[in-house]
Amino acid sequence: MTERRENAGERGSLLEARDLHVEFASRGRRARAVDGVNLAVGEGEIVALVGESGCGKTTLARTLLGLERPTSGSVLYGGAPLSYSSRALKAYRREVQLVLQDPTGSLNPRHTVYEAVAEGPRIHGMSDERDRVVSALARTGLRPPERFLHSYPHELSGGQRQRVVIAGALALDPRVLVADEPVASLDASVRGEILALLLRLRDELGLSALVVTHDLGLAWNIADRVAVMYLGRIVESGPVEQVLRSPTHPYTQALLSVLPESPSPVVLSGEPPDPTRIPGGCRFHPRCQVLAAGAAARAGVEGRCRSQPLAILPVSPFSADSHAACHYAGARLE
Amino acid sequence: MSLLRLRDVAVTYRVASGEVPAVRGVSLDLAAGQALGVAGESGSGKSTLAMALLRLLPRDARVTGEILLDGEDVLTMNWGRLRAVRWASASVVFQGAQHALNPVRRIEQQIAEPLLVHGMATPAEARRKVGELLEQVGLPAWRARSYPHELSGGQRQRVMIAMALACSPRLIIADEPTTALDVMIQAQVLALIRSLIAEHDISLIMISHDLSVLASMCDRLAVMYAGRVVESGPSGEVFRDARHPYSLALSAAFPTVGDPASRRAPKGLGGDPPDPMHLPTGCSFHPRCPVALPECAFQEVELWAAGESRTAACVHVRPESVQPAGPGEGLEKQSVPVARPAEESQ
Amino acid sequence: MNITWTRRRTALSRFWRDYRRQRAGLYGAAILIAAVALALLTPLVTDPAGMDVTRATGAKMAAPSLDFPLGTDESGRSVLLMTLWGSRVSLLIGFMSALLSMTIGTVTGIAAGHFRGWTSAVLLRITDWFLVLPSLVLALVLAAILGGGTSTIILAIGVTSWASTARLIRAQTLSVEARPYIERSRALGAGHWHIMTRHVLPNVAPLVLANTTLQVASAIVAESTLAFLGADSGKVSWGGMLRGSYDWGAATSGAWWYVLAPGLCIVAVVMAFTLCGRALEAVLNPRLRGVSR
Repeated sequence: MTERRENAGERGSLLEARDLHVEFASRGRRARAVDGVNLAVGEGEIVALVGESGCGKTTLARTLLGLERPTSGSVLYGGAPLSYSSRALKAYRREVQLVLQDPTGSLNPRHTVYEAVAEGPRIHGMSDERDRVVSALARTGLRPPERFLHSYPHELSGGQRQRVVIAGALALDPRVLVADEPVASLDASVRGEILALLLRLRDELGLSALVVTHDLGLAWNIADRVAVMYLGRIVESGPVEQVLRSPTHPYTQALLSVLPESPSPVVLSGEPPDPTRIPGGCRFHPRCQVLAAGAAARAGVEGRCRSQPLAILPVSPFSADSHAACHYAGARLE
Repeated sequence: MSLLRLRDVAVTYRVASGEVPAVRGVSLDLAAGQALGVAGESGSGKSTLAMALLRLLPRDARVTGEILLDGEDVLTMNWGRLRAVRWASASVVFQGAQHALNPVRRIEQQIAEPLLVHGMATPAEARRKVGELLEQVGLPAWRARSYPHELSGGQRQRVMIAMALACSPRLIIADEPTTALDVMIQAQVLALIRSLIAEHDISLIMISHDLSVLASMCDRLAVMYAGRVVESGPSGEVFRDARHPYSLALSAAFPTVGDPASRRAPKGLGGDPPDPMHLPTGCSFHPRCPVALPECAFQEVELWAAGESRTAACVHVRPESVQPAGPGEGLEKQSVPVARPAEESQ
Repeated sequence: MNITWTRRRTALSRFWRDYRRQRAGLYGAAILIAAVALALLTPLVTDPAGMDVTRATGAKMAAPSLDFPLGTDESGRSVLLMTLWGSRVSLLIGFMSALLSMTIGTVTGIAAGHFRGWTSAVLLRITDWFLVLPSLVLALVLAAILGGGTSTIILAIGVTSWASTARLIRAQTLSVEARPYIERSRALGAGHWHIMTRHVLPNVAPLVLANTTLQVASAIVAESTLAFLGADSGKVSWGGMLRGSYDWGAATSGAWWYVLAPGLCIVAVVMAFTLCGRALEAVLNPRLRGVSR
């Protein structure tokens, strides 16, 4: 694993999805949950993957973790494609770790904090188990760690539980954290603390992170780059400042416009669409406010919006450019 | 005249190990047509307070104080009157719409139930009314024949709102109506609630932990901590310029996208919400307070005036001379600092 | 790990506190303890020689008297003595076959719930097969093929009665497997064995315990039935005594003691196990539900 890291270069991508497709059978139909995604997380980079529920972001995260197998395309870690043999996967688990949304459900109620954090090191037969547990707990701000070792999850607050979950991941010394809505079920005041912890872990340990969320404020708070996902595809990606300050894709614009502080909300009608029935052309066109307002027609791209599919966005880590999969945005650039 | 008037409302749960004070003396006023946001974290007592308004709490909860709805005390009403009030005057939109709907009954049966039970409509009228209500909440009338599992989360929340509207209430209590919904669906539901309360001149009490959502929906805000209101005032002012350090932390928790101050700087609050059975002495917020003074550990706080129709329970806004009460702000001053939130003026 | 030990003790005392509130469960436990104690003490206080048909001292089918408080059987043996010795066989077969049945059921249930695809499908088919098969007939056939002996009967009952347990355990396993901590464990690198033994098993254990108790009761009934139908272990058991009383027309000839002694014992012990099982369920299940939050 170490050679691979060096080969990847200092500013290379650590974890990468390349033309990834994941399909499920859903009530007799094929659901294209992830339908062609390029995504990269660089060394020490925090990437936010933003989208509504059902857009495939959680499936994408699970596939990156090797918990789901892609239908086609590949997951690359340190430049090498992920192997799905159980031995290789187990080794991979030490490198890429998961933090789930619900810290209460993520901890076995019958296990103490010590057992929960030591689970990873035990599975991997690591020595110095106790030291690992204690230092992981201390790193996540549960101090003094000894005070928490024999507590049960129900004796802790929500924020403390999430710290225990993060400590459980850190005990394996991973290089990447994949966090699925890490603060969505936490109280408002605790939220910032957990996000600050992720930032601090990046600064102190060089930990990369892919944070899956529906919360653009979270992306603004901690991420370096953001990728906006809609119906199995990434529709816009780039540095946080660019994408969130001057979004070019109508979907990103709409998401930003419905934030409580925003002056003129564009509330898209309808439900998030169904991955078993992905519309032709631009997959966003049935809900697109730019198309509905006639702006696309004036720019002469309306026909393309309705019929011509868009190419999969290229994504490279640390890239300073943002990209949008939109005919209208493309036409305006030309 | 105020539609809803709370005076020193306290709720105590009796549990095996003793008594848990969940709400500790809350006084609030809500004028007709007004929207009041109640903010706070889990355990702050905000949901308990909301449930207490219509006596929806379990039996092991004891409610004291006065809850005047149209001048009538909810706490002393007989059951028949209470049932009538629950549907006709005020109704509740719960969080988690998937659990509040009966999975084996059609939507129309569930919406029509209160109309039929209270004899407010014949079955034919009820069916027509259900169609109207569904259209009001943005669902096609044919959805009436659906079962809850056939609807998405956002649609179910719309059904809940339609149910709340069924008997044309004057007050809607919405407990975290958009938690667990997506951003876009949340925006749809909020826009719907906003237009409905404006159209029908309904008062709204909305409970949430998200101060930014409340600020965008409500005229006034009350921030609760450890069972008490610690700050109240016009929502924009409380959100942008909080006087109480806890409200400040809550409003900072949801950053404004594009604001350089919050970029790569998530703001949180150290520590954890207090255990209601072992509340800190003095100001209950002092162990987590970034600007606590030594005296906060024993000084009882009460809601002091903090500007035009604003109050905050923090020693930093305490007037120079606490003792002599000035009637100007409608504040209730007491010579003994028994922590009892003062009345709010309208 | 002193703290862990203290916690276990408090958990145990909490369990006992809850169990004590189950009045029926307490009666059941009292009957059980008495029955087991008697069964264990029997060799110490009685002489097995009285069980030998050739050395029986009493009259044939004698009514209860001071010498034979529960009367005698067709060979002149003391029915009391037979009941005491029979309890050893009945309880042993009950416990052992319940243990066997629960082991098979738990392993199959956890595996069927944990694994996906064909493993689960195959296990489920086998379970269904055992579920619809008339287990008594199967047990009779098994006992006939394997020949007599206590272990044969244990095997026959155990192998034919695990299917409903497997169904139950599988359902519980599925609900445990859906919890996020299983996903977390998998992401930590856990294999099947780890997840099944560290997460699933402790969560289904209370269910297994409560169910075992109920299973003992039905195993005792099954043993009696088998013995009554002629498939006995070669030793005197309660079921065997019933068989004997039937063969010799005890009920019609007025020898009520011969029927009543083993019959009442079976009823009492089975009821005691059922009471305990229900009480265990009542005590352990709320906690199971609490855990599922």
